[in-house]
Amino acid sequence: MSWVLENLDLIAARTGSHLLQALPPILVALALSLPLAKLANSQGWLRTGVTTTSGLLYAIPSLPLFVLLPGIIGTSVRSPLNIAIALSLYGLALMVPAASDAFRSVSRDVLSSATAQGYAPTARFFQVELPLAGPVLLAGVRVVAVSTISLVTVGGVLGVPSLGMLFVDGFRRGIIAEIAAGVVLTAVLAVLTDALLVLLGRALMPWTRQRSVRRP
Amino acid sequence: MIGFENVRKEYPGGTLAVEDFSLEIASHESVVLVGTSGSGKTTLMRMINRMVDPTSGRITIDGDDVASLDPVRLRRSVGYVMQASGLLPHRTVLDNITTVPVLRGISKRDARTRAHELMETVGLEAALAVRYPAQLSGGQQQRVGVARGLAADPNILLMDEPFGAVDPIVRGELQQELMHLQRDLKKTIVFVTHDIDEAFLIGDRVVILRPGCVVAQIGTPQEILADPADDFVASFVGADRGTRSLHVERVDGRDIVVDADGRAAGVLTAHAAARSGPAGETPS
Repeated sequence: MSWVLENLDLIAARTGSHLLQALPPILVALALSLPLAKLANSQGWLRTGVTTTSGLLYAIPSLPLFVLLPGIIGTSVRSPLNIAIALSLYGLALMVPAASDAFRSVSRDVLSSATAQGYAPTARFFQVELPLAGPVLLAGVRVVAVSTISLVTVGGVLGVPSLGMLFVDGFRRGIIAEIAAGVVLTAVLAVLTDALLVLLGRALMPWTRQRSVRRP
Repeated sequence: MIGFENVRKEYPGGTLAVEDFSLEIASHESVVLVGTSGSGKTTLMRMINRMVDPTSGRITIDGDDVASLDPVRLRRSVGYVMQASGLLPHRTVLDNITTVPVLRGISKRDARTRAHELMETVGLEAALAVRYPAQLSGGQQQRVGVARGLAADPNILLMDEPFGAVDPIVRGELQQELMHLQRDLKKTIVFVTHDIDEAFLIGDRVVILRPGCVVAQIGTPQEILADPADDFVASFVGADRGTRSLHVERVDGRDIVVDADGRAAGVLTAHAAARSGPAGETPS
């Protein structure tokens, strides 16, 4: 415990860089998954292809990917960019099928009714289809966020600073408190992010809160 | 005025939805397209606001070919009420009603003032304005649907089985209120249903369609009942079944209208009895 108190600065710095590495891939995965999912949904065979590819992509073990990626894209082994790209790929692998399901969950009748009311295609997407896909999208983002936050730790093995580095370093030097700090803080970060996303969802999608108050 | 001129609709793959359909609908008239599923009645109606474009033929509104109009703008000028109301589940009742006026660029404030008036017109309590559609009963949702269809004060109101998803009692109320509204508003209404009773109730004229969108008969409800064009129409309107084949029986000095199965349908009043004359004197 004394190790934790003596190294609060280090822990704070690792937590900060952990978050900085986790956030961009989550956002990239969300942003890219929307057009990819729309595209996939436009053709039956494409959707099957995308879903299968996503599954295969997620099956690639993370550590080899982190190691191989520099060779493929020409970055240095310790570049945070490797982690960002690898995590974005994993995020996409989870998020594209989720987004595809999200758009499919929107009622055709509601969309057709929106068109009949005079929504232009772009306005219909942003004002009707996207918000209505929101609950299923959010479910996907929550999984991606938690998974990304935990995957960032793998970079610690390669010497990229993150909470993962705490337990890699702790193992090497036999400091139990450091290992525990790394593990516990990663979990806490994941849980807090998830809770934040739930609250954000409630704020952005007020209609999902009130379902239960159904009138006879 | 709405005109259909030799309209044909073929879907890719060769499905022929509409073969050759022509009809003129006068302004302020309510016309009901009625037929079984697969009769193409909804397809016909959706051609008016270009939700469906015909393969050949023309649809005109006040003489303008709709194909020459911008579809988005056209749809904002035509009221549309659909089955299960088609409300936006993520918008409150008030925001649903103001959808079209807001799309047309009317200020939110003015649109809301009008929406509150409309809620009263269609019989919705003001307190429901902040609710979401899922929090309303089926009948309330349909009322919101009607209010939304009327919100931009369109000349034309398209209604696609608007009361199909509610129970018979509520449906009856909604039908009566629609007729009441129409007496004041005098919209041009095109109404699609598979329910012949609803068609006869709401339509100034009724178009009975066979499968494949072939017109079986066009006329006022009275004309169709008095002189069904053929066996298909007679069977469709139920003239050959019990409920429409009525006769009068005299019971305790009063004329009771009885259907073919012997079920009492009502009492012949003095006014009607006087007109029908000897009918009351000829029990079965």
